[in-house]
Parts: sequence; structure tokens; C-alpha cells
Amino acid sequence: MSVLELGHVSYTYPGASRPALREVTLRVEPGELVVLAGASGSGKSTLLRVASGLVPHFHGGVFAGRALVAGLDTREHGPAELAAAVGTLFQDPESQVVMGTVRAELALPLENRGQPEPAVARGVEEAALALGIAHLLDRPTASLSGGELQRVALGAALAGRPALIVLDEPTSQLDPVAGDELIAGLRRLNEDYDAAIVIAEHRLERCLGLADRVIALRDGRVACDGAPAEFLAWAVAEAPELATPGARLLAGAGLRPAPGVKAARATLRDRGLLPDVREGSCPPAFGDRGLLRDLAEGSRPPAFGASDRRRPPGEPALQFSRVWHELREGPAILRSVSLTVAPGERIALMGRNGAGKSTLLRHAAGLMRPTRGRITASGRVALLLQNPTDYLVHETVGQEASPDALEAAGLQPAAFAARHPREISVGEKQRLALAIVLGDPGASPPTAVCLDEPTRGMDRALKGELAQLLRRLAGAVIVATHDPEFVAAFADRVVLLAAGAPIADGATAEVLATGTYFATETARILGGAGGALTPEDGVALLTQAGRRPSLPSEPVARRLALGRGDGSPAGDLR
Amino acid sequence: MSYRRRASPLHAARAAAGLAYCGALACAALVLSAPLALAAVTAAIALAGVAAGVGRELRRAALLALPLGLLVAVINALVTRDGLTVIWRLGDLPVLGHTDVTLEATVYGGVLGLRAVALILCGVLYTAAVDPDEVLKLFRRVSFRSALTATLATRMVPILIRDARRLADAQRCRADRPPTRLQLMRASTSGMLDRALDVAAALEVRGYGAARRPPRARPPYSRHDVAFLASAAAVLVLAVGARLADLTPFSAYPALHVPVHAGELGLAAALVVCALLPFADRRGVER
Repeated sequence: MSVLELGHVSYTYPGASRPALREVTLRVEPGELVVLAGASGSGKSTLLRVASGLVPHFHGGVFAGRALVAGLDTREHGPAELAAAVGTLFQDPESQVVMGTVRAELALPLENRGQPEPAVARGVEEAALALGIAHLLDRPTASLSGGELQRVALGAALAGRPALIVLDEPTSQLDPVAGDELIAGLRRLNEDYDAAIVIAEHRLERCLGLADRVIALRDGRVACDGAPAEFLAWAVAEAPELATPGARLLAGAGLRPAPGVKAARATLRDRGLLPDVREGSCPPAFGDRGLLRDLAEGSRPPAFGASDRRRPPGEPALQFSRVWHELREGPAILRSVSLTVAPGERIALMGRNGAGKSTLLRHAAGLMRPTRGRITASGRVALLLQNPTDYLVHETVGQEASPDALEAAGLQPAAFAARHPREISVGEKQRLALAIVLGDPGASPPTAVCLDEPTRGMDRALKGELAQLLRRLAGAVIVATHDPEFVAAFADRVVLLAAGAPIADGATAEVLATGTYFATETARILGGAGGALTPEDGVALLTQAGRRPSLPSEPVARRLALGRGDGSPAGDLR
Repeated sequence: MSYRRRASPLHAARAAAGLAYCGALACAALVLSAPLALAAVTAAIALAGVAAGVGRELRRAALLALPLGLLVAVINALVTRDGLTVIWRLGDLPVLGHTDVTLEATVYGGVLGLRAVALILCGVLYTAAVDPDEVLKLFRRVSFRSALTATLATRMVPILIRDARRLADAQRCRADRPPTRLQLMRASTSGMLDRALDVAAALEVRGYGAARRPPRARPPYSRHDVAFLASAAAVLVLAVGARLADLTPFSAYPALHVPVHAGELGLAAALVVCALLPFADRRGVER
């Protein structure tokens, strides 16, 4: 029996003018790990809500067709009854954790089912062990970080071993390390528990390598349903905005796209484009990342070197001098941060959750004061915080920002001025919030613009538009983000923070090409060769390496290392 | 201030024992009026907080409670016309009229203030040392939904405070003039409704709508359960017994009558000892 079976399901939200799902027919079998792909508004979240029974019972609206979850018809069984068969995890962990302690949170679904105390205790223990959160069991939920909360919410979804687990962008608020850990944990649960998993995700490169199947939605319809490799081939041809960077790299090089870094590297190895270390054909020097980088160094665009950065020409837009932020009876969030931001510079702040990125931006904008050290700015510093909705307090877009400000943020005043700010799309809200913090361009443009996680929940197309918009801004731009692909598209320089202090500060290609977690998929596939970060850089590198006439007898892999890479960070995520 | 599991005998005891213990101390503070006995109860609560590792929370609460207690004492002294021993003639005051401050009204005001302090500290001790989720379980068999709604309401408070802080920070970042209070209130209300909807959806998918009455559980009594239940019973018996036996004769009006005798001294000492004895055994306090 299928754990999820949808037959001609169509659904329209109350008050909506068009359906969110149209004639969706699909099956998910026990033990399958299915990735739901699609642009924002394509119907992914709605489909997951159909599976959990929230559609139509919680949201109302017009529902047609038939949905069976573990044999239960969702028209006859509400979400509470389906909860025994389907575990659900939403995007925002803060709203999903309702109890005071982790132990009580994990116990709640089991207690709701009236299970006896020993069974509840066992279920809690097993869910905690499976997700590695046993040490958190007695912690108050109010004291957990975003990543910890997300794992606790997942534990609550898993408690009682549902046959189906549905997850709506579970990694959108996590750093790359925590995101990868969560996805790997899901795969392990999928294998150990034999639970079917359906996961909606924008960063497909993160989970395609582990998926059994991908279902792509477009405008509420199933546009593609197949194995990850088939999906990627379809995406490259039909929906480039859904193709992963690795797929675009391989397709650009004339190869069949393969899901995941491992498969992509294997494809390149098979074609002799990467060294095969197993056969010992790789020269010892190739494995030496430092030498590889040295070999490619001469061909890279001049990096904004550390020594230059310490002495930027002219007055800096923003300067942090040995800035500390120490909490009373708590840890130091920032530890002697010294950073100089030149006018017009594009900087990405990266690092794990809790590394101090948001705190640094808040200090820059004057929302927080350092406990030691000094921050100087040559003018106004604008800050766009994580949730753009927090800025929206008026009845119309026109009341929120002036026409010039809207235009500067990429919103046409004529089309948006009369609309309600909360009714526009995610990307438009982001632009409106940006217009609010930037202000009238004719009045006092900011010398520095800081953005805190601006790409959360955005699809690839929206991220590309945002990257272009940020590159057009006049002042210096500093973005705190977990998204290396976005960084590669927009930043000139990357500052990597850990435990409140910068641990790397260099040109984007320099930092992202040599990392493992904080690296683009292209860089991971090519092992950082030539500083290539984007698929376009990688394709250029592969093409050039293949053509290089001076090294006819050497393996192409070696030539790849020597090849002239275009490390230009400017690019389009699409 | 919220519950966090700590390595203390009170945290190790079951919620019913913790609830009974804090309830008994609060009851003693309400039943006893003699200054010495009330001071002993207040001291016992404060020392219990220190022994439970929540001294910092109690100290923070005391900084708010002490001015409040003082205010109660001052107001009582100013508005009460009873008492024979005038210690301060203030003459005619606006609103209050002719005002003579008496020793009796001042002392009785002090007793009321001290009782308020004791009750506040007792509430803080309960909040910081008794697991609210376990308390929820206790009441779940009686009315599951009411108990969960109460827990949710307390859970929503810190979330909404964080939301409000975020909203305020965002408004500080605006390039133009900040919005009016009315606009802010409308935006925050809308945000609260969104948040409440999200939480409701999360509860639905955790099976709340189909929740069943849980089967009765009978976990074995730990040494700390027994100690705190016994302590609660002893404190209650001492306080109620002393009141019934008139061991602490105290009357403020018309003339102050505060006899301190061996029985009252013994009662005060017994209250403190009974309240603190369960903390002497620290075996198995860590989970």
C-alpha cells in the first residue's frame, strides 16, 4: 500500500483567484525519499499540507480529488487523526515547538494518542537518540538555537514512527553544516525506520544526492516525476531555474547531469576531467590543495588581498576596531573584531548559526553597542533584518516608501503603490523592506547597506534577482548569509566568522573555493580548482583545460588544475 | 525567568511534590501574621531558593518585590486611621485629608508587605524549580485541553516578546520617520494572529485535536518526592496548627501586641528546619 496517494487533487485557498494545486496525481511508496522541487508559489507547501491533512481541514478552501495517507482518506480524517501516520515539519521551528522542555515536546504527540507512560518514555528516548538530541532532553525549549529547535521539532514529528514524514524547507534557517547534518540524519532515519520522506527544498544541491526520486511542481501541476538524474536532465532542458549548479556545470561541459557532488565528480573522472586517485594516476602534487591553488593563482583575477584590505584607499565606509560584545554573565558574542569596509565593497559574512554574524550587523547599524572597541561609519548604515514583514506597518506599499525608493529597490511604483504590503510575494516584500531601509535615494543614501539572511525561503530565480539588485546599489553592501551560491553571485569578499571572530577574510574565490561546507557546489565538485565558484566559471575552466595545446600528453585532469579559471564572482544564480 | 532543570533535590522531585511544597510555603505565608513567624517563612523560601540553585532568580524577583512590599507598608500607614500610637502627624494632605501615621498601621503595613514579598518569592521558586510540563500532566487527566491551553499561553509569551522586539528593531532601521503607535499596534496584532495560526497548525499535526485522556501512571516515589511531600505536610501542619492553637498571638489594632515567647521562637525555627531539611539529601539530584 502506498503511504501517500493523490488522485486528481486540485485545491484553491479561500479567497484565492487561482488554484494552488491542479489535478495532481502521484504515489509515494514506503521507504522512498522524495524531493519536491519547484519555484516559490509552485504548490510545494500546499502539497505537503494536503499530505498532513491541514488542507482542507485547517485552511478551508475548495478541495477536489482524493488524497489517501497510509490508506486514510484526508476528506474523512483530519490532521489530528492523520498525525499517527504522518509526521510534519514546517519551515519555522519557533512556531512548532509548544512545550516548555524538549522531553515534553517529544512526548506530546505520543501522549495525545493516549499511549501509556512507558511507551511514551521509550518513544521519546528513541527519537532523541535518532536525532542526536538526547543531551537536550531536559533543556527548556526557550533556550535552544534555531538549529536545535528544528531538530527537536523533527524529533516530535518522528516520535511514534510515522509511516510518512513531510518536511517543508527544513534547512532554510540552518547554516550549511547543520543543514547537511539534518539531511544526512533524514537519510539515516529513512533507511533505519523505513519511513517515507517527502521534503520540499529550494537548495536542491543539498539533498538530490540522497534522494530516490524528485517531483517537480510548476504552477500547481506535476511537471516532472523521476529519478534525480532524470529530473536534472529535464531541469537543464525545461526549467533551468531548478537545475542545480552541479547539473549546470556538467551540462555546460556537454555531460549528462548527475545528482550530488560525488556522482558529479565520478562523471568528470570517467571523462578524465578529474584525477582518479584510486588508480594512482594523480600526480602527488595534484592532491595538494595549496599547490593546486598556486598553479591556478596566476590565472585568477587579482584578488582583493588581505594586505590591500587593511589599507583601503580613501575613507572607509565602515570600520570595526577591536569590537567586543560580551553578555552580562554570558559568553562573548564578538571577540575583538577588526574589519574595514571600503566604499562600494560587496562583502558576505558567513559562519555557523551563533557565530556572531547578525550581532556584527546590528552593531554596524547602531542597534547594539559594543562593550569594548569602536565602530565608525562615514555616513548612514542601513540594515535589513531577517524578516521583511517586520518592516511592513502601513496599509499600502505607497505609504511604506516613496516612489523613488521603490524604484531604487526594483519595484515599479505604478504597479505596487496601491497594493497591501502583506499581500505581495516574498521577493517583493524583501524589495519593499529594502526600499524602506534605503530611503529616498535623493535624500541621504546610506554609505553601507547590511542585510541579514536575505535569501531565506527564496527560490533560485529570486536570489538571482536580489544578487543583481545588490550589485547595483551605490554604497558598500554587507550580507550575512548561509548560502554560498548566493555569495558567489554577489560578493567580492568573504569574511568567515567562528565564535565571534573572523577566521578567514579574502576574495570570494579564495575563501569559497577552498572550503568544504562554506563552498559552492561547483567548487566542491572541482575541488577548488582555478577558484571556480559558479557553473559558468567551471564550464570555462573545463573547456579551456580541454583545449590547452601546450599540454597534449598530460591527463586532462592535470590540465584542469593548470587551466586558466575565470574567478569572477559576478554571476546569475539562474 | 523560566523553568530550567538543575541539579537540586527540588528539581529532582516530581512536580506534585514541588507543587505541594511551594503551596505549603505559600499557605504558611497566608495563614501566619506574627512578624517573626512570617519572617521565618520568608527566610525559608529564600533559603530554599538558594538551596535549589535558583537564588539568582529569587534575588532578581526580590529587587522588584521589596519596593512593592515597602509601597504596601507605606500605603497602609497613610490610609489606615486605626492605631493609638501616633508617630508622625502629617496634618491635612490632599486627597488623604487629616493624616496621622500610627505605629500600629506602620507595623501592620510592614506585615502585609512582608507577606506580599513571601508570596512573590514563593511564586518565583515554583516557576523556576517545578517543571510546568509535569504540572500540565498532573492536570491533564482532569481537563487536558484547559491544561494545554494554559501551558501554550505561557509558551506564547516569550515568543511574542521576541516578535515585539524584532518589530521594534525593524522600525528603528527605517530611513524615514517611525510609524505611529497605532500603526505599530495594528502590525503587531496582525503578527500575533499569524503566529497563533502557525502554532495552531503545529498542534493539529501533533495530534492535539484527537487527544485522548492518558492512562493513569504510577511512577515509584523517589527519596526526594517523599522528602518534599513530608516537608510540605510538616510546614502546613505547623502553620495551621500554630494559628489554631494561637501560638503566635499578634494583634496590631488598636494597640500593638506582639508578644515573642519560646513557642513562637520554636515555631519559627521549626518552619525553617522543616522547609530546608529535604535539601540536605543530595543523592540522585542530577538527571
